[in-house]
Amino acid sequence: MQAAILLFPGINRERDMILAVRQSFGREPAIVWHKETELPAGTDLVILPGGFSFGDYLRCGAMAAQSPIMRAVKAHAERGGYVLGVCNGFQIITETGLLPGVLLRNAGLRFLSMDTMLRVERNDTVFTAKWEKGAEFRAPMAHGDGNYTADEDTLDRLEGEGLVAFRYSDINRNGSARSIAGIFSPNLRVLGLMPHPENLVDPLMGGTDGKPLFDSLAAA
Amino acid sequence: MTDVNLTLAKSFGLNEEEWGKVLEIMGRTPSLTELGIFSVMWSEHCSYKSSRVWLKELPTKAPWVIHGPGENAGVIDIGDGLAAIFKMESHNHPSFIEPYQGAATGVGGILRDVFTMGARPIANLNALRFGDPALPVTKRVVDGVVRGIGGYGNCVGVPTVGGEVNFHPAYNGNPLVNAMTVGIAHQDRIFLSAAAGVGNPVVYVGSKTGRDGIHGATMASTEFDAASEDKRPTVQVGDPFTEKLLIEACLELMQTDAIVAIQDMGAAGLTSSSVEMAGKGGVGIELNLDDVPQRETGMSAYEMMLSESQERMLLVLKPERSNMARAIIEKWDLDYAVIGHITDTGRIVVKHKGQTEADIPLSPLADAAPLYNRPIAETLKPAKLGPITSHAPLDQALMKLVGSPDLCSRRWIFDQYDSSVGGQTVKRPAQADAAIVRLDGSNRALAITTDVTPRYCVADAEVGGAQAVAEAWRNITATGAKPLAITDNMNFGNPEKPEIMGQFASAIKGMAAACKALDFPVVSGNVSLYNETEGKPILPTPAIGAVGVLADAAQAVGYGLVSGLSLVAVGDTKGELGCSLYLRELLNREEGAPPPVDLVVERRNGDFVRAQILSGEVQACHDVSDGGLLVAVAEMALAGDCGAELTGAGAAEYWFGEDQGRYILAVKDAHKLLAAAAAAGIPAQHIGRSSDEKKLTLPDGLAISLPQLREAHEGFFPRWFA
Repeated sequence: MQAAILLFPGINRERDMILAVRQSFGREPAIVWHKETELPAGTDLVILPGGFSFGDYLRCGAMAAQSPIMRAVKAHAERGGYVLGVCNGFQIITETGLLPGVLLRNAGLRFLSMDTMLRVERNDTVFTAKWEKGAEFRAPMAHGDGNYTADEDTLDRLEGEGLVAFRYSDINRNGSARSIAGIFSPNLRVLGLMPHPENLVDPLMGGTDGKPLFDSLAAA
Repeated sequence: MTDVNLTLAKSFGLNEEEWGKVLEIMGRTPSLTELGIFSVMWSEHCSYKSSRVWLKELPTKAPWVIHGPGENAGVIDIGDGLAAIFKMESHNHPSFIEPYQGAATGVGGILRDVFTMGARPIANLNALRFGDPALPVTKRVVDGVVRGIGGYGNCVGVPTVGGEVNFHPAYNGNPLVNAMTVGIAHQDRIFLSAAAGVGNPVVYVGSKTGRDGIHGATMASTEFDAASEDKRPTVQVGDPFTEKLLIEACLELMQTDAIVAIQDMGAAGLTSSSVEMAGKGGVGIELNLDDVPQRETGMSAYEMMLSESQERMLLVLKPERSNMARAIIEKWDLDYAVIGHITDTGRIVVKHKGQTEADIPLSPLADAAPLYNRPIAETLKPAKLGPITSHAPLDQALMKLVGSPDLCSRRWIFDQYDSSVGGQTVKRPAQADAAIVRLDGSNRALAITTDVTPRYCVADAEVGGAQAVAEAWRNITATGAKPLAITDNMNFGNPEKPEIMGQFASAIKGMAAACKALDFPVVSGNVSLYNETEGKPILPTPAIGAVGVLADAAQAVGYGLVSGLSLVAVGDTKGELGCSLYLRELLNREEGAPPPVDLVVERRNGDFVRAQILSGEVQACHDVSDGGLLVAVAEMALAGDCGAELTGAGAAEYWFGEDQGRYILAVKDAHKLLAAAAAAGIPAQHIGRSSDEKKLTLPDGLAISLPQLREAHEGFFPRWFA
C-alpha cells in the first residue's frame, strides 16, 4: 500500500499520520503539497490529515476543497482508489462531495479534546478488517466542528447501505446525528472520521487502539 | 502636527528625567516617531528598568546551558545533539481588557520567541491566575482566556500539555496569563538576532501591519484604573493560521543558509526588533517604511514603528540567497518585503515618503536606558500560625478540599486544549506531575511543568520564591526526569512602591538560593510589573516554568494508581498548616508562615526518588504539595481510577500539612523502599495500599467511594459554566 499524505496550509496532524503510516506500512508515505495537480505515480491511498486548513476561517474544509490537488483526489476516488480523511480531512472530503453530510460546530459550542470510545460497525472493509465487528476502541478527539449532520433521507440511506463506519459508543459529545463518528463511500473505499486513531498507535502514548486501522490498510 | 514636548512624553509613559535624557541624546527636540521609539524602548516592559538590578542575582549558568537570558529564549543541551529552547511570557494586561485575544496573542508571542531561534515548538503550557470565582467578571475572563489559549494553540498544532490555575481576590482586576512554549532544535542550527553584514537586506515576513496594539508595551507598564476599558484598541488580534504558516516557512528557510539574523516582532513591534537586532550586532539599520506591507491606508511612520500587529518577523538575509528565501516565504502565502538594509552608522534611520522620520544613535538608546535601583521596604516575616482549636473530620475536609477552586480538577479547561497533536505526548494533563513529550526520532523525552504558590509568596516572598523553584524541580523529579533549567515569569505590582520592590527582591533571593542548591539555572524570563488595579496589587507571583529530560521516555512514571501496591510517603511530615489550603478552605484563615523550604533536604529527597524511579521500582509517584498527603493520595486514586486504604494515626496536621520536599511512591515492595530510604537517611513511612475496591478508605476507617470523590473533584468547573 503506497500512501500519499496531503498537505494544505494549516494542516497540523501530518506528522502524527506519518508516524502511524510508517509503523504499519513499513514504508514512508509521500507528502503532497496542495498546489500539486497530480498524485505521485503508484499512489494507492490518499490521506487527508487533521488540522485547520486555511485557518478554518470559512466553513471547515471549504477552502481546501478548492485546492488544485483535490481534482486529482476526486479522479483517484472515481477510479476506485482509497481515500482516508481524518478530522479536518473528513471535513474537506465532505466539502468536495466525496462523502455526504457536513460537520457543524460541536453541540456545546466548545472545542472538545479527550478520548472517546468508537464502535466498529462493520469489519469487511479495507479500513476495518483487523477489528472484530462491534468492537469498541478508544480514540482521541480534538475538534471544534465534529457534529455530523445530514438530512434524514441521507442518514437513512447511510444506515440502510451499511455505510456508517464508526459510532460514538460512550458519549456523543459533539451532537452528531445518530452518534455517527465516521462514514464510508458506497464502494467502501473512502472513509472519513472525526477522531484520531493515528494518535493511539504506540503503547508509550497511551495505547494502540487506533493501530488496527493502519494495519488493516497495510494488509489490503 | 502634534507638538513633541514633556507633556506628550509623559503621556507616552516617560518621566521628566527620562525626557531630559532623550533631549540630551538627540541634541534637539525629537520627532514624534523618535519619541515613540524612545518611549517604548524605555518602557518597563522592554527595558526592565526596575528589575534588572535584581535579575542579575539569579544563577544562569550550568554546563548544559547553551544560551541563557538575553536571547529570545533560553537554550539548553538535552543530549543527542539536540537543544530545548523555551521561555515563559506574560500577557496579563491585554487578557483583562480583552480575554480571548489577550490570551491568544500571548500564546502566539511566546511561540514566535521560540521558533525564531530555529526550534520547532513541541509543547505549550499556561500558568493562569484569576480573581474570585464568585464574581461574574471572573467567569467571563476565565471563559475568554481558556477559549483564547485553545483557539490559538489548537490551530497552530502545538499541543497544550500542562499548566496551572489559581483563584484569589487579589487577581480580581488583574488576571495573570503566563504562556510557556518549549521547542526543539539541533544544537548546530540555532538562530540568533544579532544583525551583521553592511548592505545586507532587512526583510519583513508575515502578516501585514495595521494600527493594532500601538503602545501595547506602554500599556503593560502602567497600573489599571476604571478607564482601562478604553484601552481595548491597544490589544492585538491574533491570527493562528498565519502563525502556523510562519512557523513552517521559517523552519523551512532555516534548513538553508540564507539567514544572518532573525527576530520576531513582539512588544513594540518593528521598533524593538530593528533596534535590538542592529544594537546586538553593533551595526546600524536603515528602514524604508514605504515598503512595509500594510493592512490599512494612510499609516504614519509613528504608527508603523509602534504597531504590535501579530505574526510578523524581521530577518537579515544573505543577499545572494534572498531570491530563494522569497520563494520559500511566498510558497507559504506570506508577505515578503525588503524594507531596509544594514549600515555601519550605528544609528537607526527610518524613512517614509521621502522624509527622514527618525535618526537615533543606537548605543545611547540602549546604554542610556533608564536603570532604577528603586527603594525597598523590608518585607515583614509573618507571625506564627495561631492555635487551631477545632478540626473538621477527615472525610469532610478532603471532600471540601478536592472540590475547592484551587484544587479541583482542571479537566473542563484541558478538555478544550488539544494535548495530543504531534503524536508525541506521553503524559497528558492530570496523568503525571509534569507533562512528558517525546522527541521526534528519539527515545528521549522532556518533562515540563509550571509552578508557583502565590499565597506563600505574599506571606513570605523569599520562602515563596524558593518554594516555587523547588516545587517545579520536584514535579520534574516525580516523573523520573532530570531537572535541567527554568524560565521565570515575575508578576508583581507597582515597582515604585517600596513594599512591592521588597517582595520582588525577596522572591529573587529565595529563587536564587533554590536555583543554586538544585543546579537549576534560569535561562530565560519575563517581568510583568504594575499588576495593580485601583492601587491594589496582585499576590507576588514568580511563576516558574521548568524543563527536565528523560533518556528513555518509557521510564516516565505518572501518578495514577493501580491495585496491589504499597503507598510510601518519602520526606518528613511535621504537619505545617501555615498558609495551607486546609487552613483557608476549612477554617477560613489565611495566616501563618508558609512551610519552610530546606533545600538540602529537597535535593536529597528528590535525588533519592528519581533514582528509585529510574531503577524501575516505582509504579506511580506524586509530589505532595497543595492540600498535603491526603489530597495527593486522592489525586492518585482518581487518576488511576483505583481505590486505596490508608493507615496510620495522624491527625489533620499530618494529612493536610503542606511540608515541602515530599513524595508519595506506589511500589510493589515497600520493605525494599523503606530499607533504601533508611540507608540514605531519608524519612519514609508506609501510609497505605492501593486496592481493587473503588473507594478511598481513610485512616479513621471512613470510606469515600471513588465516584463520590470524582464528583466532588470534577464538579466545580462544569457547574460554574453550566
